[in-house]
Amino acid sequence: MAKREVQEINAGSMADIAFLLLIFFLVATTMNVDTGLQRVLPPFSDQTQNQEVEVKKRNLLLVFVNKFDDIQVAGERMDITQVKDKAKEFILNAANSPDLPEKVDTEIDLIGSYPVSQGVISLQNDRGTSYNKYIMVQNELTRAFNEVRNEVSLQKFGRSFAELDEKEREAITKAVPLKISEAEPKNIGGK
Amino acid sequence: MAVMNKKGKKSVGAISTSSLPDVIFMILFFFMVTTTMREQELFVRFRLPEATEVQKLEKKSLASYIYIGPPTAQMAAKFGTAPRIQLNDSYHQAFEIGEFIASEKDKLNEADRVAMTVVLKADNMTRMGIITEVKQELRKANALKISYAASKSLGY
Repeated sequence: MAKREVQEINAGSMADIAFLLLIFFLVATTMNVDTGLQRVLPPFSDQTQNQEVEVKKRNLLLVFVNKFDDIQVAGERMDITQVKDKAKEFILNAANSPDLPEKVDTEIDLIGSYPVSQGVISLQNDRGTSYNKYIMVQNELTRAFNEVRNEVSLQKFGRSFAELDEKEREAITKAVPLKISEAEPKNIGGK
Repeated sequence: MAVMNKKGKKSVGAISTSSLPDVIFMILFFFMVTTTMREQELFVRFRLPEATEVQKLEKKSLASYIYIGPPTAQMAAKFGTAPRIQLNDSYHQAFEIGEFIASEKDKLNEADRVAMTVVLKADNMTRMGIITEVKQELRKANALKISYAASKSLGY
């Protein structure tokens, strides 16, 4: 027992330990993707009251959500399920009705001349409107635009909007611009 | 060689696994480094509204978060239940958003500042009053790209 050779430490289990740590990290890291409705706010201006851009009446679809979460679109009260179709009808103006937005022929890459609707959807809310309803309405409006884009895309490229490549998508976005104006806050009907 | 074969099976030496831990550690370190444990303590409760047309946030590094909702259970004793705005890790008033945005913008490099997105994580029971105030402040601070955080749903 004078001199015993020091045995090599068995490193075989090291891999297991490392694996364990690896699996812990894999499980513990939440790769939560943030999803949401993306919007661009209008730049701030001080004289907001007078600054309102003049928009022809026919080019404006007024969507108002009051503090009881009732929805009014273009003067008539509506259920949330009707909003999308109304918005679509407004964006498309398929029959070129004089009450619905005018269209301006615009030259767009890949598509050529396309009558771009001049319509703007103005979304107004009360201070008391619930966020939930507001998002629901925003969602419906987005859905209307997305559906129109899809239709145009099918018509022009024969594929759905999601399948288009970057350039084609840009063209369609130009043809059907997302025009939702989140108007200045109003306090209608008191607090 | 022939002689050896005749002798019988030559035992194939066990494959050395001594470098396996190194490989695994490498993967481990990769994960440890890449996962940002951005564990911001939340002082507000929120249930995100649901929407069908949600888009993924493209660049998380360019996102700043504003949380709006009623204080959490522990904080409720002190702060009540009225919705609050949380920036970084404390409650703030709407007018302080400008400062918050400025500091967030400072963290980004020049080229990315335009692409900065503010993610509004608000409770679905919140009233629009407070959200409109936040939006107005964001407009003043010139942080115009926003995202209303919502979870994906299948619609009604």
